[in-house]
Amino acid sequence: MIDKADQIFVLLQHWLVSFLPLALQQPAAVLLGVIGIVCVFPAIFALTTVFERKGLGRIQNRLGPNRVGPFGFMQPIADAIKSLTKEDVVPSTANGPVHFLAPVGLVVAVFMGFAVLPVGRNMVLVDMDAGLLFFFAMGASTEVSVFMAGWSSRNKYSLLGAMRAVAQMISYEVVLLLSSVAVVMITGSLSLTKIVEAQNQYTGIFPHWYIFTPWGLAGFVMYAIAATAETNRSPFDLPEGESELVAGYHTEYSGFKFALFFLGEYLAMLSISGLGTTLFLGGWSAPLSFLTFMPSWFWFFSKLMMSIFVFIWMRGTLPRLRQDQLMNFAWKFVLPFTLLDLFVTALWRFMGQGLLRWIVCSVILLAAYVIMGRVAMVRKHFGPRRYRYAE
Amino acid sequence: MTPLGGYLLVAALMFAIGLAGALVRRNAIMVLIGIELMLNSANLNFIAFWRYGPHPEALTGMMFAIFSIAVAAAEAAVGLGLVIAIYRHTHTTELDKINRMKG
Amino acid sequence: MTVIFYLIAAITVAGGLAAVLLKNLVHCALAVTIAFGGIALLFLSLDAQFAGFVQILVYIGAVAILIVFAILLTRGSDVPKDGVFSPTWLTGVAIASAVFAVMGWAVINSVNAIPQLAAVPHVTVHDIGVALVGSYVLPLEILALLLTAATVGAVIVAMHEKGGSE
Repeated sequence: MIDKADQIFVLLQHWLVSFLPLALQQPAAVLLGVIGIVCVFPAIFALTTVFERKGLGRIQNRLGPNRVGPFGFMQPIADAIKSLTKEDVVPSTANGPVHFLAPVGLVVAVFMGFAVLPVGRNMVLVDMDAGLLFFFAMGASTEVSVFMAGWSSRNKYSLLGAMRAVAQMISYEVVLLLSSVAVVMITGSLSLTKIVEAQNQYTGIFPHWYIFTPWGLAGFVMYAIAATAETNRSPFDLPEGESELVAGYHTEYSGFKFALFFLGEYLAMLSISGLGTTLFLGGWSAPLSFLTFMPSWFWFFSKLMMSIFVFIWMRGTLPRLRQDQLMNFAWKFVLPFTLLDLFVTALWRFMGQGLLRWIVCSVILLAAYVIMGRVAMVRKHFGPRRYRYAE
Repeated sequence: MTPLGGYLLVAALMFAIGLAGALVRRNAIMVLIGIELMLNSANLNFIAFWRYGPHPEALTGMMFAIFSIAVAAAEAAVGLGLVIAIYRHTHTTELDKINRMKG
Repeated sequence: MTVIFYLIAAITVAGGLAAVLLKNLVHCALAVTIAFGGIALLFLSLDAQFAGFVQILVYIGAVAILIVFAILLTRGSDVPKDGVFSPTWLTGVAIASAVFAVMGWAVINSVNAIPQLAAVPHVTVHDIGVALVGSYVLPLEILALLLTAATVGAVIVAMHEKGGSE
């Protein structure tokens, strides 16, 4: 009974596919998986938009949208109708084909990333041997479409926004990859299903999630910072900050193309959170050993929604970073710390089991964090402001 | 025409196109684009021979291609840095105009 | 040979041709990105998954962006007045055609004579990892040194004279 609830989508897929002749069954199974992804993740995107607006509203001491439907939860439907019926304004000097293909490229690349995420037990669309590498390859492809959008609009602000966005995405991509390499070192495989299965064990009631180890916690923090910067979310959202650049690289897009950019950005946020839960938070495994009766896909989606909630929380709370502060932060603090995390992961792997490796690894990481913080802060003069105007 | 022959012909065609691009265009960056096309076609050659050759489990072809990709990326970075430095000095990227050592 | 091979090969060659023939430099950069994608798909059709994904990650995710940045930093978006092809373009095309003719003749005449494996090689990422730190450890370390030198060199070459760097 519990097993059936866990595998209900797999059993549904097998039952639907059994109606077809044998030759067509494999492609039909994959097609059903694709339909599932295309239906589920945009639905979560719609839910995320309304959560974000209401959540930001509550953080800022106001109600969010509350007119459409009960407590405003039908707002995404109103937004969809609006964006479908709005006039599609294209600047006359814009580069036609490039301007059209930029949102398409973004959405295609982002949807491809969902193919390797293990959403539940036995619930991966494609179980690839090099799944993590495929995910990062798709993430890297989104940068080209960001540039295409900014350049084709023939607008200096769009171009500036696009260049900033691409520079930021490249810098934090390095951090993203290096913090995942720590996980790969311990698991010994690039396959996301194997990474989740390695975390699906329990000592007593506590799970073996990688976030509960010193190197895993440091790696997760670095991954979260890099993920926020990769998807241009606050506090790293200078490329699309309204007060700086109108809307950055998607200034000249209206109607459905803007909705596609919006969709692409939020889906990228969802997929990168999905990867973060797979790598560090145990994917579809339950938090305590006696909670394994609940379905695996329930745990995956709850962890995903919690990550989204943390993203929304950060957006509402933290001020925006300036471009040079953001790049400084990436190359001078986060990247060295991630390299140190790799070294500490290697130490963890080769010390024996026991308390010693916990103490050694935690001490090294904490000492490095404190020292780097002090060294980085010496020239920034954090403290009460002593000048009258900003330099 | 065996499959291997098909891949080798595509690689030869890409190589010729890249060579033509490097020889015919005036802009320095187009020369670098031509060089990247040539490197890619050589990688395709390596992988095709790895797949259809006698010992694919020795991984020689794939290793060579992966190292070649990494080296090509480094070379593109240095090359484009040089183009930017030359542009700052001579305010042009057209190779016909950069024909004097004085400056 | 399969339809898929012809399709991917057509996309790749079209991207390469567009990269060499178009007038606007940014269009050329985007066309060469399509050519890189086509080559990655050809790698995937040859069962070299690791090489294919590395090709997408490095070439489309880094080299294409580098090319585009260089075009924008050197004001390449304006089309020059005298045209984009050099005056001696015919010689270049002749040389490239000669090279293609020689290579094509060599391939067509010899490919039916060499033995070709039909079975798909089953290579896992684990094997690649073992090879990288086993038999190929020296190239790996030299590559690390080369990449470090290239990074430092590119930064120094492209730095502003006043000492600030971007």
